[in-house]
Amino acid sequence: MTIQEILIPAPREITTEPRRSDKVFRGVVTAGGLSSLLLLGLIALFLGYRGFEVLRQEGIGFITHSDWSISTDDAGNVVESHFGLAAMLVGTILCSLVAVVIALPVSVFCALFLNFYSPGWLKKIMVTVIDMMAAFPSILFGIWGFLVLMPSVEYWAKLLHRYLGFIPVFDMQVRVFTRSPFVAGVVLSIMIIPIITSVSREIFSQAPLDRIQAAYALGATRWAMIKAVVIPHGRSGVIGGAMLGLGRAMGETVAVFTVLNIVFQINWQMLLGAGGNVASLIILKFGDASPYEIKALMAAGLVLFLLTLVVNGLANFIVKTTGKSGR
Amino acid sequence: MTTSHESEKKIMDTTVKPSSFADVAQAKPAKTPGTRALGKGLETRGVHAWFGKHHVLSNISLDFAAGTVTALIGPSGCGKSTFIRTINRMHEFIPGAAMAGEVLLDGKDVYASGTDVTKIRLQIGMVFQKPNPFPSMTIGENVLSGLKLAQLKVDNKDDLLEESLERAGLWSEVKDRLSAHGGSLSGGQQQRLCIARALAVRPQVLLMDEPCSALDPGSTLRIEETIRHLSDTMTIIIVTHNMQQAARVSDYTAFFLSDGGPGQMIEVAPTSEIFSRPQDQRTENYVTGRFG
Repeated sequence: MTIQEILIPAPREITTEPRRSDKVFRGVVTAGGLSSLLLLGLIALFLGYRGFEVLRQEGIGFITHSDWSISTDDAGNVVESHFGLAAMLVGTILCSLVAVVIALPVSVFCALFLNFYSPGWLKKIMVTVIDMMAAFPSILFGIWGFLVLMPSVEYWAKLLHRYLGFIPVFDMQVRVFTRSPFVAGVVLSIMIIPIITSVSREIFSQAPLDRIQAAYALGATRWAMIKAVVIPHGRSGVIGGAMLGLGRAMGETVAVFTVLNIVFQINWQMLLGAGGNVASLIILKFGDASPYEIKALMAAGLVLFLLTLVVNGLANFIVKTTGKSGR
Repeated sequence: MTTSHESEKKIMDTTVKPSSFADVAQAKPAKTPGTRALGKGLETRGVHAWFGKHHVLSNISLDFAAGTVTALIGPSGCGKSTFIRTINRMHEFIPGAAMAGEVLLDGKDVYASGTDVTKIRLQIGMVFQKPNPFPSMTIGENVLSGLKLAQLKVDNKDDLLEESLERAGLWSEVKDRLSAHGGSLSGGQQQRLCIARALAVRPQVLLMDEPCSALDPGSTLRIEETIRHLSDTMTIIIVTHNMQQAARVSDYTAFFLSDGGPGQMIEVAPTSEIFSRPQDQRTENYVTGRFG
């Protein structure tokens, strides 16, 4: 009998009818899951709605120009306005990159220390302290950065300038070392170290024991074992943690506002005391803004929102494509 | 003497009598242990082990002559795995683990202060219960991973790669796909890959902790063949729950037992004797399947 001769039935449709309790639970879980999406959508919608008028007025100039001025007549009508975010966007990217570049290695080493080197009692203390750091109010970081960190970072900034000044980002014409994106980046790095450390520690602790033992049984030193087993296993998780940190750094407001000298001028020289980020612009202008300027600030918020989404999307893409995962 | 067909049938039969284990054990080509120049071998002297306050292993003294296969049998929880992990110092990774006694490799105590533990583990390799190749590495990289991990230099990596895979009985199956990932192999192949990986650093002793317990019968047979071949050039200690396996591959068998307290070694003898004329009643009960 050949296959044609057998009557091949169509695949059956398989349905399941969940119990009522399961339906209820499914509803609750679905509501929880979708509510975050809904909130995010509503925020984007709100920002877009409020900022639409300014975005239409300024066009692409809103992200390519870097002046921020508004003049009104006595009646409060807008006479002339120029809103451009370019300087703030550059500042946002610069500060948060500095933060991640500093925080990532520190966090990874910290996580490795906690998992593989630290004695148990120290680990307990440090984990508590680091988790507390993540919940620390950012204004305190900002004030501490301004009062304590800035004077000492100035020294490091001068060193960087002297020895690495040939690299454009470390170069500067005017010698103003304080209140620079570099200092802000250092403050931000301290704020995101707990985040990246927690994520890395978690992922490193899940490195499979059988492979760790296999490496040791082959005569590996601890460091060789970490390189061969733990890092490959944790790579994508660490990148994810770095992205979380980057997101926090990009959106950070108060600490940057406290430290940075906000200037509406594109500045790629991280050691120069001029810059700002989008969030600090909003807090700077929000207090005494006219209704029209508020719309411009909402539009700025929307741009920041989209920037964060793009960076996270990019990070996901990187993790997926380079993910020669060690799991 | 039975015909080979009959004896094979007996091996596969799960209800075989102990005397046929002895047949299996005796059917192996005879070996004269210690006659080859493989070093003096391995000895343990009064080894005890603890996990915290829990005394799990008591006073194990065993000799492992160079070039022999010794099987450790006994019910679960009697300390067999703990014992072999004291030999290559993997025991100390468990928090709270402690040991007493001496493990002598060529007469030198591996626990002596100042000993480089990574060197000990290079000389005493280990194969685990579950195949554990490194998934981020290719088959070839897996085999040679020990060199990288222990920072060893060899002149010709390709030769070592082929030799190790050949000795582990895997070369013909993987020679055309050495750059494929280790995870693409079957379970039995993965375990032989792990054996090849252990062999690539040229250990003198190989510890095997139930290497076939996660494998199908076909793969088990391949690994047993591999063990027999390897025993010409190295000392092998294998923990197994499968008494037929002990009978098939080992020259000596040690029976471990715990009577609620720490695990003890009840008896050690040439494998054929353990299965035909055990000295201790408890050994006989175990090998005849009356308990365990």
